Amino acid sequence: MEIKVAKFAGIAGRHYHLFDYFGAPDAERVIIITGSGAEVVHETVEAMVAAGEKVGEIKVRLYRPFSIEHFIAAIPASAKSLAVLDRCKEPGATGEPLYCDVITTLAESGVSKKVIGGRYGLASKEFTPAMVKGVFDELLKDKPKNHFTVGIVDDVTHTSLAYDPKFSTEVEGTVRAMFYGLGADGTVGANKNSIKIIGEETDNFAQGYFVYDSKKSGAITTSHLRFGPKPLHSSYLISQASFVACHQFSFLERLDMLKSAEEGATFLLNSPFGPDEIWDKLPRKAQQQILDKKLKFYVIDGYEVAKQTGMGGRINTIMQTCFFAISGVLPREEAIAAIKYAIKKTYGRRGESVVQKNYAAVDEALNHLHEVKVPGKITALFDIRPPVPAAAPEFVQKVTAMIVAGDGDELPVSAMPVDGTYPTGTAQWEKRNIALEIPEWDADLCIQCGKCVLVCPHSVIRAKVYDDSCLKGAPESFKAVPARWKDMKEKKYTLQVAPEDCTGCTLCVQICPAKSKTEVKHRAINMVPQPAIREREAANWDFFLSIPETDRSVLSPAQVKDVQLMRPLFEFSGACTGCGETPYVKLMTQLFGDRMLVANATGCSSIYGGNLPTTPYCSNSEGRGPAWNNSLFEDNAEFGMGMRLAVDKQNEYARELVWKLGFAIGEELAQALIHADQSNEAGIFAQRDRVKILREKLAGIHTPEARDLNSIADALVKKSVWIVGGDGWAYDIGYGGLDHVLASGRNVNVLVLDTEVYSNTGGQASKSTPRGAVAKFAAGGKPSGKKDLALMAVSYGTVYVARIAMGGNDMHTVKAFLEAEAYNGPSLIIAYSHCIAHGYDMAYGLDQQKAAVNSGYWPLFRYNPDLAGQTKNPFQLDSRAPNVALKDYVYNETRYTMLAKSNPEEAQRLLKLAQDDVTTRWKLYEHLSHQEVK
Amino acid sequence: MIDLSRTIDLSTTYLGLKLKNPLVASSSPMCADLGNVRRIEDAGAGAVVLHSLFEEQIELESEELDRFLTESAGLSPEATTHLPEPMHPVMGPEQYLKHIAQCKQAVKIPIIASLNGTTPGGWLHYARLMQQAGADALELNIYYIPVDPKVTGEQVEQQYVDLVRAIKAEVTIPVAVKLGPYFSSIGNMSKKLDAAGADGLVLFNRFYQPDYDLENMEVVPNLILSNSYELLLRLHWIAVIYGSVKADLALTGGVHHATDVIKSMMAGAKVAMMTSALLKRGISFLDTLATEMLVWMGEHEYDSIKQMQGSMSRNAVPQPKAFERANYMKVLGSYAMR
Repeated sequence: MEIKVAKFAGIAGRHYHLFDYFGAPDAERVIIITGSGAEVVHETVEAMVAAGEKVGEIKVRLYRPFSIEHFIAAIPASAKSLAVLDRCKEPGATGEPLYCDVITTLAESGVSKKVIGGRYGLASKEFTPAMVKGVFDELLKDKPKNHFTVGIVDDVTHTSLAYDPKFSTEVEGTVRAMFYGLGADGTVGANKNSIKIIGEETDNFAQGYFVYDSKKSGAITTSHLRFGPKPLHSSYLISQASFVACHQFSFLERLDMLKSAEEGATFLLNSPFGPDEIWDKLPRKAQQQILDKKLKFYVIDGYEVAKQTGMGGRINTIMQTCFFAISGVLPREEAIAAIKYAIKKTYGRRGESVVQKNYAAVDEALNHLHEVKVPGKITALFDIRPPVPAAAPEFVQKVTAMIVAGDGDELPVSAMPVDGTYPTGTAQWEKRNIALEIPEWDADLCIQCGKCVLVCPHSVIRAKVYDDSCLKGAPESFKAVPARWKDMKEKKYTLQVAPEDCTGCTLCVQICPAKSKTEVKHRAINMVPQPAIREREAANWDFFLSIPETDRSVLSPAQVKDVQLMRPLFEFSGACTGCGETPYVKLMTQLFGDRMLVANATGCSSIYGGNLPTTPYCSNSEGRGPAWNNSLFEDNAEFGMGMRLAVDKQNEYARELVWKLGFAIGEELAQALIHADQSNEAGIFAQRDRVKILREKLAGIHTPEARDLNSIADALVKKSVWIVGGDGWAYDIGYGGLDHVLASGRNVNVLVLDTEVYSNTGGQASKSTPRGAVAKFAAGGKPSGKKDLALMAVSYGTVYVARIAMGGNDMHTVKAFLEAEAYNGPSLIIAYSHCIAHGYDMAYGLDQQKAAVNSGYWPLFRYNPDLAGQTKNPFQLDSRAPNVALKDYVYNETRYTMLAKSNPEEAQRLLKLAQDDVTTRWKLYEHLSHQEVK
Repeated sequence: MIDLSRTIDLSTTYLGLKLKNPLVASSSPMCADLGNVRRIEDAGAGAVVLHSLFEEQIELESEELDRFLTESAGLSPEATTHLPEPMHPVMGPEQYLKHIAQCKQAVKIPIIASLNGTTPGGWLHYARLMQQAGADALELNIYYIPVDPKVTGEQVEQQYVDLVRAIKAEVTIPVAVKLGPYFSSIGNMSKKLDAAGADGLVLFNRFYQPDYDLENMEVVPNLILSNSYELLLRLHWIAVIYGSVKADLALTGGVHHATDVIKSMMAGAKVAMMTSALLKRGISFLDTLATEMLVWMGEHEYDSIKQMQGSMSRNAVPQPKAFERANYMKVLGSYAMR
């Protein structure tokens, strides 16, 4: 190995040894560590040695095989105490791996040193020089803590080390810049280019870290850039920035960006307000920090420059130019030339006009950059909004709010739920206010069809039918009109938008069929600027929530019009604006949410479904809602079947106990509980009432059986098990398990949210990716056709299968969900889900779904094995024969046009094959649907 | 009785190009297919105008690609992008230019490239590239719909003239200008374009008017193929303009029968262009047309197309007022109430 690393040094110029010692030659305290954490220790050791302390570190370059001989040689003879840091956790072991190796090595070599071991940086926690200093300080103690943690506050088992967070080793002369941007605004991309420019064009060392929140819509990105003349060992985020840039004006009221600014730092703000008017538009905290820290303050109206130069909403190169101009890291002309070179390199393949527009934006940027003459006093009449409203429950206030504010690392261990069960329904408290425009209801025009409610990906449009008396105390602007239901004519109807949770996708407007007779562009729901109506509509929304839910017993779940009145138990997720998956998930919870268990494969649906800080799954007024869990990517079908088996076993045991206790609880009740018909909601609700009576009776029976039955009595009520995931799971990685579960015959419902790529990881091709579409790993267009998972499942003959597309036929979608759930066996629903990875404006997602159906690409069908028993053909083809060419559907999407533009011959060849696929499959489906059943 | 011993010459010249007959396939997506271009020659066309390369097409496509690649990027550290960068650079006019070259290799009849745009800009240099690719001539299709009421007729006319000048500066091959009928003074406009250097005027563009879908209350695109009655407007203006400009005149729109072609020639056109007739009746219909023209000319003892070109233009007919207001009054008067 020594020879190999020497050879590597010859090639790369970096010479590593199996163990590298760095620090004072006479060090008394030494840290042993691997990986990037070693760089933080390096920086700390450098600073501490300069301050006269006798400290050092051993960087473990080669962990296995662990060379005892080389390790012993690396320890300075002066060392008295060693701290071994592991970035892992080995529950049940005597210590973490490196620690154990060190102990063994010393013991076998007969070397006696004081050794302690500890964990750091778990779950992406920060690891800073302050923490390193804390470890060195611990080594000074007579009885230092062993098996410690550093970087978290462990107030439960008290294993954590205390340290002074103010301790800093940031190197003098290093520029530390932080950029706050939106996910899709290109800030990260531009910063990556800046690093390359600085690294390649100057003698500086450069470094970048990019932090994302867990949201897919309105995601905030924070870029941390360091560059300077000395090598950078700071493998941690910036906490004292010399430059802070805010690329989105709306962040000002949400984030305390300037808390990281050091004294005398520069603040660059993308602002619609010029240098003379901006001051009064800043929140109090921002003004205070600008004054206290004597910040230099610049504004630029990046969006105006983008508009003028044809860049649309793209401000990244504009802000990048300003950064270079202000920071002075390169002479201005050189910087601009370098930025332009990077533009050409990055966007060149997208076409010359794109490059030229970016050039124009760069040239125009500096004309709009202004330094603000900071007034000497605070004038703000408002401040940064709290991360969650005051009405939020205690856990949300204490824990969730900290994570929302980006301070989650400061939460102590005691703040975590003991068993990892997080409260649901917390997404409602985030109030992200990311939409510039939101829908407004025109009650007079509305026909109350409920399509907008159905398609809303974030459940921000809700409808209720209620008694007139509920309107008592309604805000003046609250709208209510007579309900257009035959059986509820005397009641009132309201369609209400949650103004602060809407992401502004416009799907609701696109789907609205009610158009004004005098101006057809005006519909029953229209986009209007959010800020002007935010407060008013927030009050209306609160009032709307206080109105009782419409009685489900009078609703028909098969009607879209009625479904709108069923409360979704999945709301305000972090899914992409205009997401094509979430409307199906929401519908699932509207229909079965109060009795469903969800096994969710890893993927988009697990990220927007259950990622911290908040949870969109929620419960109804009775406290019932989906029980949701995410295990892994690959085992989801089996995971869900496990839920089914558990529920069935509990049910079996409960029934057994009911029989056993029949005498005590009453024969009539026992019979009713055992023989209950739960094939519809009325039956399920009646069973719940029986269970309630049962519990009351059990309270008076003091036997082990009664206690057992009391604990599992809920299992007597029907449960709906759903296995949810994307095509990456169902078609590829989890397919083996899915097939196994479908073949099992057990009563589970599988919902495949088919986006035709691995959306969550950035659009890699799956076996669901259609022929001719461009995706990662199929950059030249996928050469093979899409796997027909639906038909494979049909081949069992015992699986209910439906292929649905909400935009193609919403009634069909609802019907398929109901039939799948009603079928007493495995069901598979494959749902066409439009996705940003398809490359078009998601506002037209439902139009594209329709086009997919009309072109025959996505034929709608249901295969219901129950029909075979009724001597009917189980295969029902539910869409009409193709009436548009495949190209009229596919060439609305970048995933297809990209190939047509860059390699037209190949695109044409694949299109022809894909059209043949469609034609052939349609014939096959038609044949299946016309088969006679005897 | 046709005198079979006589030779009838169907040849004509257009934009300085010698054509074996005046039947020209006008610019349409049909001509984007090399096989169709071959069939057009086989069926006996004198020339073919290729489908249009649109001013907006290339820029718009690039910008859309850029937009959707960017908008779906940077959402999470796991998904820094959602689509790969294109493997090959996005095509500019390369594909169109390749098509010109392929057509030139495949057929002998003249290939007229078509450039469609309205505003001066970087796209104008595509004209030169088309020439370099081998186009025999260029048809500049100015499909401009002045929806802004602030724009005056004069400004519109100037825009046309400027465009023609700009294109002429780019190329040495002949340039024909295809325009619509909506000018206050078509005769004057024709002279202006003539003066700007246009080698041919193609009259008239058919503007596709959107329709209303009353069920969905939407404005929907609407493509209606031309009919013979549309010929009359063209005949009228070609007959009026003929002789007042140096540029060759081409009639396009409403040519469906051999007699339509003959009328076009008599009005003063050098060629008659068609698409709808070929879409309706197939490309081989060109052959039928040529035969029918021969029959008609034989029956009426015409020796050549050139003989009849302009023979019924405004100045060539005994009653030029037939093209003027007096005739309009006469037509109205002839309408009998039922």
